[in-house]
Amino acid sequence: MFNHNDTTATPTAPDIEKIRSEFPILQTKVYGKPLVYFDNAATTQKPNVVLKAMDDYYREYNSNVHRGVHFLSQKATDAFEEVRRKVQAYINAEHEHEVIFTKGTTESINLVASCFGKKYIKPGDTILISAMEHHSNIVPWQMMCEDRGATLKVIPINDKGELRMDLFDDMLDDTVKLIAVTYVSNTLGTVNPVKEIISKAHAQNIPVLIDAAQAIQHIGIDVQFLDADFLVFSSHKMYGPTGMGILYGKEKWLNEMPPYHGGGEMIKTVTFEKSTYNVLPFKFEAGTPNVAEVVGLGAAIDFINEIGLDYIREREQQLISYALEGLLSIDGLRLIGEAKERAASISFLVGNAHPFDVGELLDKQGIAVRTGHHCTEPLMNIFKIPGTVRASFAFYNTEEEVDKLVAGIKKAATLLA
Amino acid sequence: MTINETQAQIVEDFELFDDWMQKYEYIIQLGKDLPLIDEQYKTDDNLIKGCQSRVWLHADYREGKLFFTADSDALITKGLVSMVVQVLSGHTPKEIADADIHFVDDIGLRSHLSPTRSNGLLSMLKQMKMYAIAYQSKTLQ
Repeated sequence: MFNHNDTTATPTAPDIEKIRSEFPILQTKVYGKPLVYFDNAATTQKPNVVLKAMDDYYREYNSNVHRGVHFLSQKATDAFEEVRRKVQAYINAEHEHEVIFTKGTTESINLVASCFGKKYIKPGDTILISAMEHHSNIVPWQMMCEDRGATLKVIPINDKGELRMDLFDDMLDDTVKLIAVTYVSNTLGTVNPVKEIISKAHAQNIPVLIDAAQAIQHIGIDVQFLDADFLVFSSHKMYGPTGMGILYGKEKWLNEMPPYHGGGEMIKTVTFEKSTYNVLPFKFEAGTPNVAEVVGLGAAIDFINEIGLDYIREREQQLISYALEGLLSIDGLRLIGEAKERAASISFLVGNAHPFDVGELLDKQGIAVRTGHHCTEPLMNIFKIPGTVRASFAFYNTEEEVDKLVAGIKKAATLLA
Repeated sequence: MTINETQAQIVEDFELFDDWMQKYEYIIQLGKDLPLIDEQYKTDDNLIKGCQSRVWLHADYREGKLFFTADSDALITKGLVSMVVQVLSGHTPKEIADADIHFVDDIGLRSHLSPTRSNGLLSMLKQMKMYAIAYQSKTLQ
């Protein structure tokens, strides 16, 4: 399908039109102008193969999975479980039952906060997060800490938006029972040294949860190499459907933790007096799962594998460098987050212009960006700003689109001056 | 001018522009021209909830009429605020409470505003009508 492995098509000369033609939405117009989509960190667009896989499922083998005796149910179950193995391979998990299907990153984190909390957290314990976390990696821990009488502590960042690793070691005292940290900041684009964090934490027997929502689509992840205890992400940020996500957890933790939701599928036996629970992964998958979305995620993983994450990473790094150069040529533009290691999000402010105004004027020029606090209010408070404009990239974006963004910001800045 | 005459005037002004960037340019200019609210009224009590940007609204009651002043930290919002102020300010509480505000739809602005902006504008209109209703009931007592 894609010929980028061919010697004539290197990352500097990709068959970009072919890739773009796989995404129907990229051919649409807004306000009569071709859509320029730079809101990929919020959600990525979906290729034809994902749409077709979901359509085929509903047209040809829609059926409830696992307990069915009939042909369709078996076919749906096979397709469903095959995706678990695809995810297992994608993140190199040791066992397929370490891959739990959830509604998304947020539910995955809530599950761990709730179940890990019930099992292990006592009054006086500490949970460590970082200053650049998304609300979904703050609030579940706050709720759990409140419930268990524990304390939430925060790894600070420097003014470039990088974790203060020099302070990290001293924060690892005996009270710390879990560290939850993002791999890539959704607001700043910072890539955190998660391998180092995990190895230092493990030296003190502290497990680590990695929020990979903004990493899974950009960076190759090997959970065994990282030695992550938990790793969570969403399908819709990796070209798959919404409403579907992954919790990876080491077998040991998942076996020891109590179930999250009760219901069908997660039980072994039920009597009115007492129920016993199913084995992994079903113990954490109560109720009918999102079969179509799981099938869609499978197609998205095939799609990414076919293009190759190495190619995607290289292409996106080119786009980021090109965009940074263009953005910094704009008078009065100030980057929020200047980490050395960054992935596909760039946050900025232009002069005294309100980010909301800049975003709205870009929208009227057909350019989709995000404005506001990006669900990282504490981070905005650290930078003492109400919000930013964020442009976030995917490998299907082009230099020409970046030029439009830069020109669009200049136009907005002139109007708002 | 009556409330409806001002609305008609705004709709006519917007017909001069061909594309939305020009309309926005005009809105931004209106924002820049909006007489500033007295700093003492930029309090949390006068903040309108429901917008990504902040809007302060203050009402003065003089000789049977309500006068509004307002401000925002975002220029487009300020322009929208300016239009609403222009339409409703300087009328009696009854006129304001009874007013049918249709210019936002007439100029096609509602469908072009982002939902948060549109909600903010609605909250602002609602707040102005609340002031009007409050002063109306006061004057009836």
